[in-house]
Amino acid sequence: MNLRQLLVPSVQVLLLVAMAAVVSYATAAAAPEGSTVVMAKDFMFAPTSLTVAAGSTVTWTNRDEEPHTVVSEGGLFRSAALDTNESFSFRFEKPGTYRYTCSIHPRMVGTIVVR
Amino acid sequence: MSDTTPLTRRGALKCLAFGGAGTLFALAGGVFTPIDLAVAAADRKGTAALGKPLFVQISDTHIGFNKEANPDVAATLNRSIDIVNGLPEQPALIIHTGDITHLSKPAEFDLAQQLFSRLRTTEMHTTPGEHDTTDPTVSEYFNRFGKASGNKGYYSFDHAGVHFVALINVLQFKPGGLGTLGPEQLAWLAGDLKGRSASTPIVVFAHMPLWTIYEPWGWGTSDAPQMMEQLRRFGSVTVLNGHIHQIVQKVEGTVTFHTARSTAYPQPAAGEGAGPGPLKVPTEQLPGMLGVTSAMVVKHPSALRLDDTTNA
Repeated sequence: MNLRQLLVPSVQVLLLVAMAAVVSYATAAAAPEGSTVVMAKDFMFAPTSLTVAAGSTVTWTNRDEEPHTVVSEGGLFRSAALDTNESFSFRFEKPGTYRYTCSIHPRMVGTIVVR
Repeated sequence: MSDTTPLTRRGALKCLAFGGAGTLFALAGGVFTPIDLAVAAADRKGTAALGKPLFVQISDTHIGFNKEANPDVAATLNRSIDIVNGLPEQPALIIHTGDITHLSKPAEFDLAQQLFSRLRTTEMHTTPGEHDTTDPTVSEYFNRFGKASGNKGYYSFDHAGVHFVALINVLQFKPGGLGTLGPEQLAWLAGDLKGRSASTPIVVFAHMPLWTIYEPWGWGTSDAPQMMEQLRRFGSVTVLNGHIHQIVQKVEGTVTFHTARSTAYPQPAAGEGAGPGPLKVPTEQLPGMLGVTSAMVVKHPSALRLDDTTNA
């Protein structure tokens, strides 16, 4: 058995594991289908700026051990405190630029651009 | 940035016997002198001679937190309560400088209140942290603790000749910014302090630091300098806060700034790591990084002194 033969099955297994992880995460967080996900990790929203089509649902998931919130500057949306792996979703109906922050860590800022 | 008290060998050995070091701040002639608490605790007579215990500060109890850094925050709060209840003379007041809960959930507030009810000292004053005000209507904290301030979050009271001022700096965050008091609260403070004698000892407490410790992490209050202007004429000012889960102190003229440890979990020193999240430490080190602060009125003119004690 050469190195390539050894590696290929391992990669396949890894992919399967990764896919299983994604599926179970989606179930646990109950993210709406077709939504765009923004993560909060290491005290940052990523991506910090996201462009979506009008009518899209954006889901934020907290990947830190510290809770985060998602609070829009204009008061359009406001999540409760999201503990680790909890999610919040909001559907953007109208085009525009929406800035938001984490009210617990206000240096965390992000923007959703709706076209 | 934490305990910097120079110790004698004998003092250091005493600290080791207690398992963790706290810091005591004695004020004489407007200047605080830090003394290791473990040393003071070993000498009850000497400590008692310094004055009458006035209040105990507890902070950042984070009831509801259950992560690796401390899976049982109720137990560590209980340990802190035991230390307070075991003081030879009970303090008149308990001051909680915020983050009572972790996620502002009703069940977390209920458990916190249940735990606090074990305190032998029944008069408790609070100010909320940003973790206490994340519920959509920002009402869970105020429903339970809002009465003293008429739901405004800021208020004052007098005890034993000391004027206490509770401020709130977690409601008006600006994106990317620090905590904010706001013009309305600053105007109220000006009115509250007006006409008070400059010899009145003042204790001001809020959750977030009222002095800038580390701006990139929001460890400060944007309009605190305006507050400081109003306090400058007083001969003895003690400014307390929580939020950063570690002791940092500063003396500036007649003003002593002091941040308290958390009873729940430690946080990294300013700028170490991605952000101010829970700091995981070996289990045996945890008690030494959690604790309470107590203050005494010293029979010296207009003087307060503070003690820090750990849960070790």
